[in-house]
Amino acid sequence: MLNAVLAAFVLAFAAPLVARHMPRQVGTIAALLPAGIFVWLLNQAEMALGPGVVERWPWSPLPGVALTFRLDGLSLLMALIISGVGALILFYAGAYMHGQAQAGRLYALLLAFMASMLGLVLADNLIALFVFWELTSITSFLLIGWHFQEERSRAAALQALIVTGGGGLALLAGFVLIGLVGGTWEIAELSAQAGTLQDSVVYLPILLLLWLGAASKSAQFPFHFWLPGAMVAPTPVSAYLHSATMVKAGVYLLARLSPALGGTSEWSLLFMVTGLVTLLLGGWLSLKQNDMKRMLAYSTVSSLGLLVTLLGLGTKLATEAAALYLLAHALFKGALFMVAGAIDHATGTRDLRRLRGLAGALPTSALAAGLAGLSMAGLPLLAGFAAKEFIYEAALFSGGGVWILTLLLLAGNVAFVVVAQQMTLRIFAGASLSFESFHAPAIPLWLAALVPGALGLALGLLPDVTATLAGAAARAIYGAPVTIHLFVLPGSVTPMLLLSALTIAAGILLYRRRVQLEPWLNWLDQGARLGPEGAFQRLVEGLPHFAARVTALQQNGRLRSYVLWIVGTWLLLLGLTWALRGGPGLPANLLVRLSDLRFHELILVLVILAGLASVMLANTLMTLIVSLGVVGIGTAIVFILFGAPDLAMTQFSIETLGVILFVLVLYRLPGVVRLSPRRTVLRDSILTGLAGAVITLMILIITDLPLVSPLKTWFAGASEPLGHGHNVVNVILVDFRAIDTLGEITVLGIAAIGIFALLKLRPGRKVAEGKDGP
Amino acid sequence: MTSIILVVATRLIFPLMLMFSLFLLLRGHDAPGGGFVGGLMAASAFALFALATSVTRARDALRRSTFRLIGIGLLFAFVSGLPGLFAGSPFLRALWTSTELPVIGKLSSVLLFDTGVLLVVVGVTLTIVFAMAEADEEEEE
Repeated sequence: MLNAVLAAFVLAFAAPLVARHMPRQVGTIAALLPAGIFVWLLNQAEMALGPGVVERWPWSPLPGVALTFRLDGLSLLMALIISGVGALILFYAGAYMHGQAQAGRLYALLLAFMASMLGLVLADNLIALFVFWELTSITSFLLIGWHFQEERSRAAALQALIVTGGGGLALLAGFVLIGLVGGTWEIAELSAQAGTLQDSVVYLPILLLLWLGAASKSAQFPFHFWLPGAMVAPTPVSAYLHSATMVKAGVYLLARLSPALGGTSEWSLLFMVTGLVTLLLGGWLSLKQNDMKRMLAYSTVSSLGLLVTLLGLGTKLATEAAALYLLAHALFKGALFMVAGAIDHATGTRDLRRLRGLAGALPTSALAAGLAGLSMAGLPLLAGFAAKEFIYEAALFSGGGVWILTLLLLAGNVAFVVVAQQMTLRIFAGASLSFESFHAPAIPLWLAALVPGALGLALGLLPDVTATLAGAAARAIYGAPVTIHLFVLPGSVTPMLLLSALTIAAGILLYRRRVQLEPWLNWLDQGARLGPEGAFQRLVEGLPHFAARVTALQQNGRLRSYVLWIVGTWLLLLGLTWALRGGPGLPANLLVRLSDLRFHELILVLVILAGLASVMLANTLMTLIVSLGVVGIGTAIVFILFGAPDLAMTQFSIETLGVILFVLVLYRLPGVVRLSPRRTVLRDSILTGLAGAVITLMILIITDLPLVSPLKTWFAGASEPLGHGHNVVNVILVDFRAIDTLGEITVLGIAAIGIFALLKLRPGRKVAEGKDGP
Repeated sequence: MTSIILVVATRLIFPLMLMFSLFLLLRGHDAPGGGFVGGLMAASAFALFALATSVTRARDALRRSTFRLIGIGLLFAFVSGLPGLFAGSPFLRALWTSTELPVIGKLSSVLLFDTGVLLVVVGVTLTIVFAMAEADEEEEE
């Protein structure tokens, strides 16, 4: 299984090269790999349906982070869909993208996505699964933003990435919690510990985090809005990622973890409510769309809601229905998307209002759409029929709130019937219109859609195959043996059959009366737009706004404010710590120590103080600079007196350079002007005074404490034998702490570049032609 | 605003300051000094030179762009850490030769490191000084 995933990644990198040399055949060539994986999976089916196939690749020294793959009923079903639809999509894309610029990049991304998605459904370790999960989000982002020159595409791609990526973060937190509680990240082992997980105090947080991850990925309410937006991507992408595979990842995750976490009332409540709201909202909003792809996208949102509802319900019948519907949906929705793409390609429009009577011009696409539409509507003989029967059966035997659940599911299913008619009768039937730029689609454009359409019929006619595939998947979800009994045609009249008939009748009625629905649907659409999508927009737009305001407050371009914030912050932190921890008081022998002061030291202190006073009172720049110099040199002398010649020397050099710098800019400076109002001066004075007092106090306290540090003696002793030098300061700088120094001089270099940019590259200034020019 | 006194004095002091800088660098390991102070000293020398003549001439005297000095200095400091790495010790472990050379003393990776520090300090300081001085000269034009 690792080989399959890796091969797809490798081919992804080779695809642009193939596209350059064989632009005609690249789609077909790229399709060979998923087709091969599909065949290999079928080969493994017997093992997978039985005990399952496990591969384990330890790659990290961390315990429990192995790359484990497991092929069981559920992952087999998903992997067959991914590779099967993948092969068709690549074949289809070969014709769809032919002649377009950078088509090679599309194949590369599609293959990379396929590899990630295969990894996601095969992984049996939460950490591995998470990595693949994020990879699908990233490839999806790149594919939605395919037309990156267009603002709309970029916005949609970013929206999808923020929503799914944010959900991914929540999911990671959830996985970590699961790992901490369960003691393992292997999904198979976690399933055996359902009791431990569900009794844990963090069970609810885990569920909520899982909900965030799965709902954002699978476009559940309130995160559903990104999926219709994602329709700006080329149609092969929409058909593959945003209907058949990637958006199923959230559903898959719920299915995969339901043995470990499912079956509780919290689980059912959370996911059934989410699923039902999504089912109805998506379904009914799909009715008001005029763009074929957007309509299908809303319908997909609705289908995903249906799957989440079934998994939330979690009964044996519900898991069977979910497995059947998962399979049927991938086939009919993939086919319908590809038909939509073919029509777009042939006529140049996807607007339902402008399409009519295409059956004559596109007979093969009409056939594909017809088969897919019948399956979607849930008519007998097709795969969708059995799924719908099981959904109603699951609702009828859910054991509580039967009628309300059945009614809600009925209301959702009716919308599917309407969409099925829109995609078949509305487009293909009736008198044909003429299109200016009509051209017959290439073979792959209809063949790739016809195959899944026909497969939907084949699965309906071969109930044993369907039952085996779906049954094995349901077993993995349910966690106990499951056998599905299917039939080609209903043998007797059951409540489920009556409900199916009612669904179809209501769907036909609604389709004919769809115009009357519009005002009500508009109201629903407005609500949905203002609700979650509006909240998202406000969040995305508000965040930079908020950041700008915080920045404006803290970093308003006045040096004074910066210092104020810094000094204020450390005063607060220091004062708080002191107040809360009750730090040591003032040393008692303060006055005694003052009398230790020698005469020349006292003079020096007075000189420095006089310099400081002069700095504050100076009225001309020259006085200011000289006074500052007095303070600096005075400090340097203190260093000499107390045995720090290195520091003193550096201080002297800095003073000299400082004077030179001032001389350079002296007459360009505006002179001493007092701009601040009295209140500001007062505030700053108080703050400065406090800061000075606190730091003095700290020094007094610290020097009074008995300092027991082995460092001083160690460095003094080790300097000569280990560092070959007598100057301890320098030995520390260049030997013992050399890596710190390396870091510091790197920072210095970066700072120099920054200062240079500030001085030379001011706005509205032409760049100086110096040798150092950038 | 060039003064004849400053120009003549600079002509005398400039080489002395550079020699002093080198002196500080070499003695730094055993006595007060080192690459940092040495760098500041050398930078002061060039800053003085720029004041006495012009930034353009100071740049010519420096021969290398100040950014290049920073780069070379960082490279020196980084490379000085590699021998330790190849000898199987941690990065930046000092290595010493036993041969004592006149003036320089014992050769070591530490000297290379300190030279790197000196070059970076010269580069950084002069980048700032020259940029400020040039802004000044442009304004005069």
